[in-house]
Amino acid sequence: MGAAAPEAADERAGRTHVEHVMGMAVSIDVRAADRGSASLAVAIAEVVAWLHRVDATFSTYIPDSQISRMATGTLAAADADPDVTEVMRLGEDLRAATGGYFDVRAAGTLDPSGVVKGWAVERASDLLAARGFPHHQVNAGGDLRARGRPGAGRRWRIGIAHPHLAGALAAVIEIDDGAVATSGTAERGAHVVDPHTGRAALDLASVTLVGRDLARADAYATAALAMGHAAPAWLARLPGYEAFVVDAAGGAWSTPGFERYRA
Amino acid sequence: MKRAAIAALTTIAGLVALLGYKSGPARRTTVATAPPETTVPPAPGPTTPSTAPSGTPSTAAPATGTRTVTGPDVPNQYGDVQVRITLQGTRITDVQAIQLPEDRQRSAEISSAAGPLLRTEVLQAQSANIDGVSGATYTSQSYAQSVQAALDQARA
Repeated sequence: MGAAAPEAADERAGRTHVEHVMGMAVSIDVRAADRGSASLAVAIAEVVAWLHRVDATFSTYIPDSQISRMATGTLAAADADPDVTEVMRLGEDLRAATGGYFDVRAAGTLDPSGVVKGWAVERASDLLAARGFPHHQVNAGGDLRARGRPGAGRRWRIGIAHPHLAGALAAVIEIDDGAVATSGTAERGAHVVDPHTGRAALDLASVTLVGRDLARADAYATAALAMGHAAPAWLARLPGYEAFVVDAAGGAWSTPGFERYRA
Repeated sequence: MKRAAIAALTTIAGLVALLGYKSGPARRTTVATAPPETTVPPAPGPTTPSTAPSGTPSTAAPATGTRTVTGPDVPNQYGDVQVRITLQGTRITDVQAIQLPEDRQRSAEISSAAGPLLRTEVLQAQSANIDGVSGATYTSQSYAQSVQAALDQARA
């Protein structure tokens, strides 16, 4: 991140499409393109189709999805789609990298959605770039991947939602190519559980990770939330990713590297 | 860029509701959020003008200077929650929980692990001129009320 800024985007506005899929809103925000461009419409339609395909394959709510069938033992891992194999491998990597604090089986059953979202958004971003739209951001339920430039001569300005105050921000950062993921207790209540104790993670209100890859940033944020008070020491040693933490009492903490991104 | 659709900040009641929603298992205890080691001055930086933005609609009498308002002690299914907000004029510059269910109280101790714990800034989304928001829009339902939705709408 940060290095190798792409050529400056032009000022054409582009287009934003919001798709409700996987139980969340996904904003596909393409810049530096003609709003009415047919090729842009096609590229956005491809991204939308991709996201729905991911949902059909990975949803734990769809009984005949591959993940549901794997969970019930009616589909062997060896017979799964290559995308499923890739996501499962990524989930295993992330479990190892987080000392088990991120685990696709943390809830007791197989649920790789914590990996799938970031992985799917990364693919969506790759697809847009491959179709000739390198300046865009894709925001899936508050976790986003930005690429290129939002406009000529400037970087993406991303607000980090204040976990204690709806509609307010706790920080504003600027990034080039990169991912920003935030895990918190606000949206779904205490949905993150420390897999080692089974206790709901309540020490921290939200954890934001900034780095190259959204699947990793998202998993690290979730793991840090589960770690609670132990998170800062772990985050401080995490290579390639910077962190910003708001605790339950309204305190804020960040890695030194995070300050470089502050707007 | 057009940011007109962005919703205004919540009231104290809304804030308390939000905190209450986030709270853990019931257990009434009073206070305990230790003072942070360092306090950043509220709202520094270019994204947070030191005075309320001109043209801000305000039906209340325009208060000046810094004042704090302590919300009511709100019992809910998870425990009691009470917050104190700091305002400069009509702008919220700080929010601090002064009473939390017991599970949340140890949070103030985070600082010992890796550097100082600062008070969270409170930046107004309206004046931050942002392209996107991370956090706080997990579900389709919560998206509808979000700053991100307002940004998307402005670009739709």
